[in-house]
Amino acid sequence: MTDVTADGVSGTSSITTLDPAIAARRLARRRAAEWRFQAYGIAAILFGLFFVALLFAVIGAKGWTALLQTQLTLPVTFEKSVIDPNGTSNHDDIMAADYTSLASAALYKRLGISPDDAAATALADGLISTGSDVELRKVVLDDPSVIGTTRTVTLLAHGNVDALLKGTIDRAVPEDSRQIKDQQIAWIDRLTAGGSLAKTFNWGLFTRGASSQPETAGLGVAVIGSLYMMLTVLAIAVPLGVAAAIYLEEFAPRNRWTDLIEVNISNLAAVPSIVFGLLGLAILINLVGLPRSASLVGGLVLALMTLPTVIIAARAAITAVPPSIRQAALGVGASKMQSIFHHVLPLAMPGILTGTIIGLAKALGETAPLLMIGMVAFVVDYPRSPLDPATALPVQIYMWSNAQERGFVERTSGATLVLLVFLIAMNVIAVILRRRFERKW
Amino acid sequence: MSNQSLFAVVLALGVCAYVVASYRARSLAAGKPFTLHSRLHYYGAFAALWTVLPALLTIAVWAMAEPMVLRGVMHSHLPAEVLAKSAPERVMIDGTIGSLADGLARLAPDEVEQALAAKTPLVGLLATKGVAMGAEPAAFQIAAAQDLNRATAYSRFGVTALALLLAICGMVVSILRVNRGLRARNAVERIVLAGLISASTVAILTTVGIVLSMLFETLHFFSQVSARDFFLGTVWDPRFSAAGSTSATAGQFGLVPLLWGTAYISAVALAVAVPVGLMAAIYMSEYASKGVRSVVKPVLELLAGIPTIVYGLFALISFGPFLRDLGSSIGVSVSASSVLTAGFVMGIMLIPFVSSLSDDVINAVPQVLRDGSLGLGATRSETIKQVVLPAALPGVIGAVLLAASRAIGETMIVVLAAGIAANMTVNPLQPVTTITVKIVSQLTGDLEFNSPQTLVAFALGLTLFFITLVLNIYALSVVRRFREHYE
Repeated sequence: MTDVTADGVSGTSSITTLDPAIAARRLARRRAAEWRFQAYGIAAILFGLFFVALLFAVIGAKGWTALLQTQLTLPVTFEKSVIDPNGTSNHDDIMAADYTSLASAALYKRLGISPDDAAATALADGLISTGSDVELRKVVLDDPSVIGTTRTVTLLAHGNVDALLKGTIDRAVPEDSRQIKDQQIAWIDRLTAGGSLAKTFNWGLFTRGASSQPETAGLGVAVIGSLYMMLTVLAIAVPLGVAAAIYLEEFAPRNRWTDLIEVNISNLAAVPSIVFGLLGLAILINLVGLPRSASLVGGLVLALMTLPTVIIAARAAITAVPPSIRQAALGVGASKMQSIFHHVLPLAMPGILTGTIIGLAKALGETAPLLMIGMVAFVVDYPRSPLDPATALPVQIYMWSNAQERGFVERTSGATLVLLVFLIAMNVIAVILRRRFERKW
Repeated sequence: MSNQSLFAVVLALGVCAYVVASYRARSLAAGKPFTLHSRLHYYGAFAALWTVLPALLTIAVWAMAEPMVLRGVMHSHLPAEVLAKSAPERVMIDGTIGSLADGLARLAPDEVEQALAAKTPLVGLLATKGVAMGAEPAAFQIAAAQDLNRATAYSRFGVTALALLLAICGMVVSILRVNRGLRARNAVERIVLAGLISASTVAILTTVGIVLSMLFETLHFFSQVSARDFFLGTVWDPRFSAAGSTSATAGQFGLVPLLWGTAYISAVALAVAVPVGLMAAIYMSEYASKGVRSVVKPVLELLAGIPTIVYGLFALISFGPFLRDLGSSIGVSVSASSVLTAGFVMGIMLIPFVSSLSDDVINAVPQVLRDGSLGLGATRSETIKQVVLPAALPGVIGAVLLAASRAIGETMIVVLAAGIAANMTVNPLQPVTTITVKIVSQLTGDLEFNSPQTLVAFALGLTLFFITLVLNIYALSVVRRFREHYE
């Protein structure tokens, strides 16, 4: 309308008297604006998609090498004089023996250097992981008959050797500022050519516990800790959440109290996760006296955090069940409680399940509250119960990202990859469940 | 009896009650179950609930109260000079007494008597039972440990007797009450409803727990550092001091630099997330074909499912170094952890959050408004800009506020990418720190729990909770009013 008065012409005839050239220009401008607007939209979506791709590409590119680990295959002589000098076959003696020297001796022999050449042996020792003695001890404890014989054993190579073979340590860097020396590189190349050094699939990443050496550090403790936490969340958040949802959807009268509960639930869903960690620290650890670093405490905190998600999902699933189902049940004489537990709840179950899995996936990736309750722990042994010290997958990522050694950079991304695989698997399961059981009423 | 075995016994009694009560109901019915008020299993459930619930409640309450009472008993017999020691020493002494009591309980009573009478060291004796003690315990510790063991024994006996009494009484009374006129289903359903109601109050209890637990520690903090210095102080320098130092060297706890850092990073994040998320949502709901929508939407939502630690790692290993190298190539010094790094990556994290909320809001705008505008000859973008967006504005504002609350409370991205120095800089290429980063750094590591350095984390947490609470409640009410407007 403003256009009309601006032209100074009154009445409806103004539209027909508009100069065709002006009209065409105006139309072109409006079409250009339309085109620009759509382009902004497409650009915004491409921006988002680009970062999804970039994130996965970066983590994948830096992390996939962690799935491989350099191993050193050597014929090791299990000298009786070293392992069991007194011939007692005593368990404690065998435990305390110097297995590192056995691994070193085998390597010196393989490389053809004299055990008396202090400079050369020091360099050669730098090729073997410091965790090799544990591996050799395990061989002996599993089968004491190897004492006195020579066996071909596969040992972990040192983290630096691994880094060199994966290209993380640059050969072009001058020797002084390189963590691995020229002599060692020559040996490594010889061992690789001879087939003694090879990269194999890194099972240790999934089974080992914490370690200060990257090559012997693994996610085993973290995976078990996370598993305990997820079980705790399932056992607590799901029954409580579904019960609360049933009450709020089916029974609750509309009053101030119900409003308060609803505001609380939607607010709790948006409370920063770190605040739940402070709650866990103040109440579960300081007041109740549960142990720090225990996966039970982590699970309880995550359960409280997941509860709103489960309640919201369960309420949506229960509302989606049409009222005719309830009326039919009531019509044949069921009580209200029976109509809900026998008919509404089973029909709402797929939706509840989907929401639960998504809530679990969120809990699995949560880090900040776990830092508050001492899950940042150096735990070597598998936790046997939810009360034992443990750590969690995302916390392990955080700890490795703070570690100084070069080898941990790769482990950090590798662990992230493992976490992402778990999360994607859970989300895919949720999507499949939704597709499989989705019902149109 | 230990709580576990007591629990098992009570459950077993419950099963018995179920079986007996349904059997009794069946014999009452004499082959004609329709003569009873309820179906058979309701009678069983009625008896089982009356057997199990009171006993389990007792066990639960007892288990919560027991440690505090026992600690009180233990302390009541300690000499005055021990009670006067500092908190960390007290914790050590309590720990020694605890493990001593544990060890003494494993020894036969006469063994302990003999050892005490003959003054043989207990350390060796305890070691044989697998309890390692650092040094020979003092006499008062042995006495306290024995007191503790006696009290524990009384307490165990008390709870066992009470729980079993309640369970058996409940079982007998409820089984006797089973008759033709008993409205068993109604009784069971009332208990189930009570259970549902209490489940729905957990949300309120959690909020109350959050506020109370942090309020308590915060008041403790304000008794050592004045609230004025905290809220108005412009210097953050907590000075990790050794245990036992006086509050004069306790450092300064100014909130202002942390608030500034938090607000700055959040603003950068919103500057990235709001335009991108909003435009993505508009395109998705107004232009995109169904096929495009069904592919792009889940992929963008994938961003929402990625844990924040992964974003933090991305900022730390990839985006931060990229910005730093970019800066040095054009001669600008960019710190690897900076406002821009943390804010930008956080913005990416918030894109799906903003876009899915705005998507809902835009879809809630009635189609008739669009049809009217298009019918008057407006193009689609004009319709969106001049009709749909103004109509959806309250909802969009709500979405932005919720995103802001997310950004303020976000922890892992800023812990890994924002830096730890509390700067009040306006330069986006410099590091700043946030409230959440400081909560993490004050509470990780071995610290004395009662020092202001640790307690300040709770004051920060409470501040954070209230800021996000106000934002959330306001945003949620705006969104709700918006929805009601169009329904």
